[in-house]
Amino acid sequence: MKKLPTRVKYWRIGEPMVWLSGAALTTTLLTAIVLLIVIMVNGLGVFWPSDIQLLELKDGSRIAGTLTRTEPTADKSGLRRQYKIANRDLYGLDFRWIDEAQIAHEEIPANMLTLERMEYGDFYGTLKSLGHAGQQDPATFAQLESALAVVKADLDGLKELEEKLTAASYRMEKLRLKTLKLDYNKAPADNPERLEIESEKEQIKAEFADLLEVQLSRTAKVREATAVFVSGDGREKEVVLADIVRAYTPNQMSVTEKILFYAGKLVELFIGEPRESNTEGGLFPAIFGTVMLIFVMSLFSFPLGVIAAIYLREYAKEGLLVRIVRIAVNNLAGIPSIVYGIFGLGFFIYGIGHSIDTLFFPERLPTPTFGTGGLLWASLTLALLTVPVVIVSTEEALGAIPREMREGSYALGSTKFQTLVRILLPMASPGIMTGLILAMARAAGEVAPLMITGVVKLAPALPIDGNFPFLHLDRKFMHLGFHIYDIGFQSPNVEAAKPMVFVTTLLLVLIVLVMSSVAIRLRNKMKKRYTFGTF
Amino acid sequence: MAKLEIENPIVQVNNLKFYYPGNARALHGIDIAFPEKQVTALIGPSGCGKSTLLRCFNRMNDLIDGCRVEGDVIIDGENIYNRNTDIIELRRKVGMVFQKSNPFPKSIYENVIYGLRIAGEKDRSLLDERVETSLKGAALWDEVKERLHESALGLSGGQMQRLCIARAIAVNPKVILMDEPCSALDPKSTARVEDLIGELREDFTIIIVTHNMQQAARVSDNTAFLFEGNLIEYGLTDQLFVKPRNKQTEDYITGRFG
Repeated sequence: MKKLPTRVKYWRIGEPMVWLSGAALTTTLLTAIVLLIVIMVNGLGVFWPSDIQLLELKDGSRIAGTLTRTEPTADKSGLRRQYKIANRDLYGLDFRWIDEAQIAHEEIPANMLTLERMEYGDFYGTLKSLGHAGQQDPATFAQLESALAVVKADLDGLKELEEKLTAASYRMEKLRLKTLKLDYNKAPADNPERLEIESEKEQIKAEFADLLEVQLSRTAKVREATAVFVSGDGREKEVVLADIVRAYTPNQMSVTEKILFYAGKLVELFIGEPRESNTEGGLFPAIFGTVMLIFVMSLFSFPLGVIAAIYLREYAKEGLLVRIVRIAVNNLAGIPSIVYGIFGLGFFIYGIGHSIDTLFFPERLPTPTFGTGGLLWASLTLALLTVPVVIVSTEEALGAIPREMREGSYALGSTKFQTLVRILLPMASPGIMTGLILAMARAAGEVAPLMITGVVKLAPALPIDGNFPFLHLDRKFMHLGFHIYDIGFQSPNVEAAKPMVFVTTLLLVLIVLVMSSVAIRLRNKMKKRYTFGTF
Repeated sequence: MAKLEIENPIVQVNNLKFYYPGNARALHGIDIAFPEKQVTALIGPSGCGKSTLLRCFNRMNDLIDGCRVEGDVIIDGENIYNRNTDIIELRRKVGMVFQKSNPFPKSIYENVIYGLRIAGEKDRSLLDERVETSLKGAALWDEVKERLHESALGLSGGQMQRLCIARAIAVNPKVILMDEPCSALDPKSTARVEDLIGELREDFTIIIVTHNMQQAARVSDNTAFLFEGNLIEYGLTDQLFVKPRNKQTEDYITGRFG
């Protein structure tokens, strides 16, 4: 046999194509992995209690802070470090760059503590004294902790009062709406219902006033307890104990304590409410809003997409029109999502929402009830956005079923509908699930259309609560994707918010991952049941 | 054209013409009759129209958009191409076994009773009994009785085809159409299915399309030879293979073409 030159052989075997396709796959995977690693490195470290360093600079000034990063100076002569110096109320900024060359001396004093506060971010410093407004006595960290525990118990008691106040104002609002309705129906002033409402209103008002008075006096009493702290540069600061969320001494904590602390912060992240224009605290409302949005979206998009695909594939007569419809559906997936948002705003909110308001809640106008952004409209908009994905995958799944299956079923005397329900849909279910997974993933990552259909920076209430009818789809909601945009780009203090951006991103990725894995598991189960394992 | 005189045929075809979409005529006026409780084989080269003819008997061709049928097919005294024929009823009367075995992705049990289920049968004891008789009828009972509720997709190719036969006989049809039922099977499975066809003859009228002339000679009572949409010769299998009256038939069965 003639021996082929190596070059020719190389091409015949097709090695370049193997390399090319391998490289393409590697590039994709690498980018995704790098992205994930960046998010994880930045996001996972946020809650770790780092040591507070006390620096003495060559000019004699002293600074306390946690090291956030190190990089070469602008003239490349040395390194400079970025410290989080906290104490926003004293310094006006949270971060400071310091050239290593300026540092005369650095130490990690054991008595440094971190305060997480309701306002102005963290405080780094040492405890000086504890007491009431005018009277202060020197105290230890243990004393501070027990004082904080007392204050916390008082605050929890106040929370009950606050819940009562919220309930009262909710009832008041209901009565206000009832009065509006009576006004709208031109009920006379001596209408018995109206009188009843008025008396009830008076009652609630009195109740409210009493509650408020108790709350005010108790709050004032709680807020009397204060402590004085000294910052790294020696300035004193009096802090109301009720404003302290958490106090800890990172420099004294062992690794186990740090891990426990970290876990506690994670729990807070999942179940807590946000604070400080969302840059601190938990993300529960946003997590809840995101999951709920995707859930309601699937509820609309899944049946709609599957049924539409069934019509296209099984009932519509193949022809020019069907082909045009199919191309149109495919192209729908390529429309920028903001366009869907605008459509949702125009059609769902101003069109349908406003019509609902005029029909059912005319007395409340011009204040909209459904004629404004809300979970329902955002879900519908997203459903519209994702329905092409479901249609395409369902159609493909139905089309991939061998003709013999249909014929076999028809030959036994089954109708088209029976064949569809008993044979075709179960066999297509793994493919349909794939479509749903893609749709959910796409919906979870969408932010632009939500911004004009009902997402807000801070929602006053969750879409589900204990008040009838329990599910409030007209309410505005929070969303992790919007949260990222909001704290990352709209926050007054972007540098301080940065860690939270990474945490939120990580969480969003995690949610998508969890939902997809559940769906994929389900799909694999179906696949096992409904397809041939071997041939 | 050679004709076979048949008394009281169960399927009677008069001047049947079939057009595929675009007016392509596949059958040019077929006249043929099938005797009850016998096996009739349809043979002929690829594209001769034997499968098309077979699919006319349970109106499977209705699934093709734009096809057209002329002529009569009278099954059990009724013209199935009447406007008011109940296709569901027809297909229960005329079962079919396909070239490629097509069990549904369900359990063996559910596969067998599929026809009864869609007809609305709910009586558990009747269903159980029908599963047993049908599987016994298809010579599959002993192999699967321990795993009736396992997926049918775990069966071997030959078992799957016998399951399809069981599924067809479970609804108690009068006629069973078989479209090359053994073409995807190995010789051993083929032999079993052929034996089965011999047994089924007792209770059902079987019309079988086959590519394999030895098979036609082995299993059938009568054989019809089709060529280019025409019925060339129809006669008792023993005669047709031994002493064909038509030149084309002789050429085909002796392997000169096809």
